[in-house]
Amino acid sequence: MSAALLSRWLLLGEWRAHRWQCLVAILAIMLGVALGFSVHLINTAAVSEFSAATKSLSGVSDLTVQATQATFDESLYPQLMQTDGVAAASPVLEIMAGVPAKADGRDDPALKILGLDVFRAATITPDLLGIPAEDQPFDTLSEDAIFLSPAAMEWLAVRPGDALQLSLGTKTVSLRVAGGLARAHAGQRLAVMDVGAAQWHFDHVGLLSRIELKLRPGVQHAAFKEALARELGAAYLLMEGRDQDARIRNMSRAYRVNLNILAMVALLTGAFLIFSGQVLSIIRRRAQFALLRVLGMTRRQILQQILLEGGLLGVLGSLLGLLLGYAMAAGALRFYGADLGAGFFTSLAPSLPLNPLAALLFFAMGVGVTILGSLAPAWEAAHTHPGPALKSGSEFVALRALRMPWLAGLCLLLAGVLTQLPPVFELPVFGYLAVVLLLVGGIAALPYLASLSFSTLLRGVDAQGRGVLRTLILARLSNASSLAAIALGGVLASFSLMVAMAIMVASFRVSVDNWLAHVLPADIYVRTMIHQDLRGLTPAEQQMIAALGGIERIDFMRSKSLLLDSARPAVTLIARPIDTRDPANTLPMTSDALPPAQMAATAIPIWVSEAMVDLYAFETGKKVTLPLTDPPQTFLVAGIWRDYGRQFGAIQMQLSDYRALTGDQHVSDAALWLASGMTAEQLITALDDLPFGTSLALSQSNQIRQRSLELFDRSFAITYLLELIAIGVGLLGVAASFSAQTLTRIKEFGMLRHIGLSRRQIRRMLGWEGGLLAGFGITLGFVLGVAISLILIFIVNPQSFHWTMQLYMPWTWLSLMALAMLGAAAMTAFAAGRRAVAGNVTQAVKEDW
Amino acid sequence: MRCFWILLLWLFFQGGMVAAPPEFSPVAPGRVLQFPQDFGAHPEFRIEWWYVTGWLETEEGHPLGFQVTFFRTATYADTDNPSRFSPRQLIVAHVALSDPATGQLVHDQKIRREGFDLVYARTGDTDIRLDDWVFVREAGGSYRAQIDAHNLRLQLTLAPTQPLMLQGDQGYSRRGPETGQASYYYSAPHLSVIGTIHRNGKTANVTGTAWLDHEWSHELIGPGAVGWDWVGANLDDGSAWVVFQIRDRTGGVFWAYAALRDASGQMTIYAPEEVHFYPERFWRSARTQATYPVATRIRTGEIEWQLVPLMDDQELDARASIGEVYWEGAVTIVREGKPVGRGYLEMTGYLQPISR
Repeated sequence: MSAALLSRWLLLGEWRAHRWQCLVAILAIMLGVALGFSVHLINTAAVSEFSAATKSLSGVSDLTVQATQATFDESLYPQLMQTDGVAAASPVLEIMAGVPAKADGRDDPALKILGLDVFRAATITPDLLGIPAEDQPFDTLSEDAIFLSPAAMEWLAVRPGDALQLSLGTKTVSLRVAGGLARAHAGQRLAVMDVGAAQWHFDHVGLLSRIELKLRPGVQHAAFKEALARELGAAYLLMEGRDQDARIRNMSRAYRVNLNILAMVALLTGAFLIFSGQVLSIIRRRAQFALLRVLGMTRRQILQQILLEGGLLGVLGSLLGLLLGYAMAAGALRFYGADLGAGFFTSLAPSLPLNPLAALLFFAMGVGVTILGSLAPAWEAAHTHPGPALKSGSEFVALRALRMPWLAGLCLLLAGVLTQLPPVFELPVFGYLAVVLLLVGGIAALPYLASLSFSTLLRGVDAQGRGVLRTLILARLSNASSLAAIALGGVLASFSLMVAMAIMVASFRVSVDNWLAHVLPADIYVRTMIHQDLRGLTPAEQQMIAALGGIERIDFMRSKSLLLDSARPAVTLIARPIDTRDPANTLPMTSDALPPAQMAATAIPIWVSEAMVDLYAFETGKKVTLPLTDPPQTFLVAGIWRDYGRQFGAIQMQLSDYRALTGDQHVSDAALWLASGMTAEQLITALDDLPFGTSLALSQSNQIRQRSLELFDRSFAITYLLELIAIGVGLLGVAASFSAQTLTRIKEFGMLRHIGLSRRQIRRMLGWEGGLLAGFGITLGFVLGVAISLILIFIVNPQSFHWTMQLYMPWTWLSLMALAMLGAAAMTAFAAGRRAVAGNVTQAVKEDW
Repeated sequence: MRCFWILLLWLFFQGGMVAAPPEFSPVAPGRVLQFPQDFGAHPEFRIEWWYVTGWLETEEGHPLGFQVTFFRTATYADTDNPSRFSPRQLIVAHVALSDPATGQLVHDQKIRREGFDLVYARTGDTDIRLDDWVFVREAGGSYRAQIDAHNLRLQLTLAPTQPLMLQGDQGYSRRGPETGQASYYYSAPHLSVIGTIHRNGKTANVTGTAWLDHEWSHELIGPGAVGWDWVGANLDDGSAWVVFQIRDRTGGVFWAYAALRDASGQMTIYAPEEVHFYPERFWRSARTQATYPVATRIRTGEIEWQLVPLMDDQELDARASIGEVYWEGAVTIVREGKPVGRGYLEMTGYLQPISR
């Protein structure tokens, strides 16, 4: 008989006999690989799409000159044109205009308009040229013409020749759709018009957003960039394609890495399941392997056989995982969008690329994890002496080898140390490592802890001296704790992760809810259609709002973006009245604030969000310069506030300071407090009736709060899904290992039947065993989960998203999960028992030879 | 009468729907041209061009034809628009070099909106700039042309050797039977050229003789006209000769004009019916399939002239930028079998009618 044939027989025999065990292992691997692969696919697709879309806006530009503020004076344009080394320069005015027709929809009603000089753009961004109708070739210069990308045309449901109403601030502009674009990026919503017309219609005369430069051949880009940067000073940023890429990657990096690591954890859970399955399998087949050894099979062949069995499961699981991952990615892109609801990449429709290298990587990871899980059991099986192994009860020798309390101690200790380390490349790498170590340590400590607690229980029961069944159960659990631990590994891993995620999400949600209550103190909020509108409300319009009756107090706010670092997304500057004596009256302050007494009277205070401290080192008491004015002004960081809204940083300052410095009297938002006797509905009607009422977006604070929480839940949708999957895998693991264990104990049950136990009693015994074990696993999982949640809340979140939150325990939800888990475990144990005692008693005992 | 770009732009800008359209001056007889003011731009008129053509010779004696042209056109852009980017005036420039050694035209073109001191056509004296393409009349009265094209670099000084030649009635040049179908038009013939031409990595010193036309008007071509043929030539005896005809849809002549000024300054102007073009040899462009009468006999009054092209292929395919094709090239003028001078011939509307 050939070795290959034997190998196949063994393999198929094992699989046929333990279908469920195999299925669970395959499922676990499949889910882990699928999660990781789909997260990777979605993010690659989104980032490359976003990057390509951004690049198409710069065309063949060598260098993009941009200001730290959204716009700058156009006089820079002739200056750059006459700079040595510049071959061509294309001025661009970018306007985010509101689309009144879309104001009530789900989408952000914003259309990106690029104002271009068609003659200058032709050499640098030829793709962005408008294509006019054949009989109107110079529409590209017309004041009333706008050109739309196919995606924009579809979104707005317009065709060439149609009129298009747009708005900026309270100003409405009516343009004529004059045609499409030369080559718009697929799916990108974009409009192009003449720069002169855009300056005029959108109140931006004299201003530009950026200038694209093409350098003369032979000019050293790096040297040119450096010299120009020196000449232009801190108010301007020079960006090459590379910087743009970095900025885009930075935008979603933390989010992406966090999801990837969740997928890794799922894969790790899969590895535990494989491990426990293999351990049970070698225990069950101990005699079989011993016999094979006696018959002449080498250690090497045994090792290979077990690894092959595990590896094949891994291959199957990984392949299925790749397929499922692709399907999940496609589905998620379709239903949630490119950012899985997190809001980083809107108005894009990425396609899903097939990346063989990534697929191979995830496949290899799936298989690798399986082999890793089978390695220790296989090694043990191959190195057992066949003589003792043929005898009954020798499996506990095998299990002893897997008892490694020192490993558990080491892992837990190391985890503790890692939590103290700072982030690496702004990612909480050590935090995640600590989570993994906690899991591994917890699982390694299981046999020891199980034996300890069940033997304590047993002593308690013995002292009472009642109940044979109870004694039997506890004796079994305390003495065969290693076997129990294997069943528990999966429960522990999945339940602790579940608990951790539940606590983290609940804490986050409660923190956000409290924060919203703090940042939305007024009754009604007024803004123009577009967030951070460059025009906003004019002083006259502000006066008209303030003059309405029934308003007790009104706060105006100016909000704009500041680009402080070319490799990072812009930060938000918010100017509003702030109570300098106690900023906590206005802002959700952390405890970190400068007492007013310590502030110099001349210092201009700013209050920064937590992200500003991490990303730009804006610490309390520090003097910082902000390029709000030319030359840049120095400000004093007077305190830190909590911000869940702007991950990339936000700065607040007094509106009066802002106005004095910049002379900008426009505002973006207004917060209104109702006078007594006035209802919100009445005030909203009054606001609507203003001459510019239709261009205002009015919301009551509770509506904003509700909408924000909806958004929050949407962005955590993927996390909820992961939680459900973790629960599923955990339960499958429990079911599979219980039924497998029960089958290994058929001899034992036969014996118990012989000494007088009824089938019913054995089944009850098994149910209790399962329940107790699961209860123990759940308790331990809870402790472990809380520990992990603390790492997530106090290390991972601040390090990757730069915000802190309060701890909140969702007791109801946690108890429900625990009960469900417990019930499921007891039920599977009970069901497994039915099968175990269904056979012939005599036959069962005969197996013991 | 040489300008096509302008015609196109002019057509494109017909009747915009603008709140405050600009108002333009009509062309009327009786205006006395004033210099140096009239050397400069006339932004109150719709269209204007400075058109330099001529023959050059390298130090080795190779003949070359060249053309440097700057156009200005006022658009119907809304005068209410306060933006400095508002495209009120567009400046277009064109450079071409005919080299019989290669048998083809080398040419480049640019179009930009006026503004930011990067692109302008100044009033007061000839001073035109289009980024790094410059055409300026300097203090001594010489013109300097500096063109840095992607495939060609020209640096030429053009010194006048004769007084200006005012076309038509003291610079009021009619283009059609109706009043108003006219332009202000003067020429500077027999400009003495010296300079350098850089192409394919080599610089050549050149000398030669050129012809400058400066023309501005409100309307370009009458309804029904499809194209024109124009010649301006510096004759060896010091005379300057200009002739054009505007063809109509039926193949007949819509309008024609010719003037011959001898070395002493004596000017002879021919009425439209005294000017006749007789095509003698045709050349068909393989690129566009257009057929041009590259060799033509012209009769002005009693005189017969023969045009012999420097090379047949002097067609300019500008369909990519302005959607038009025309022929603009160096020709030798032959009278009674003997070469008597050299000039430039422009032929438009042979692929398709100009006015669409």
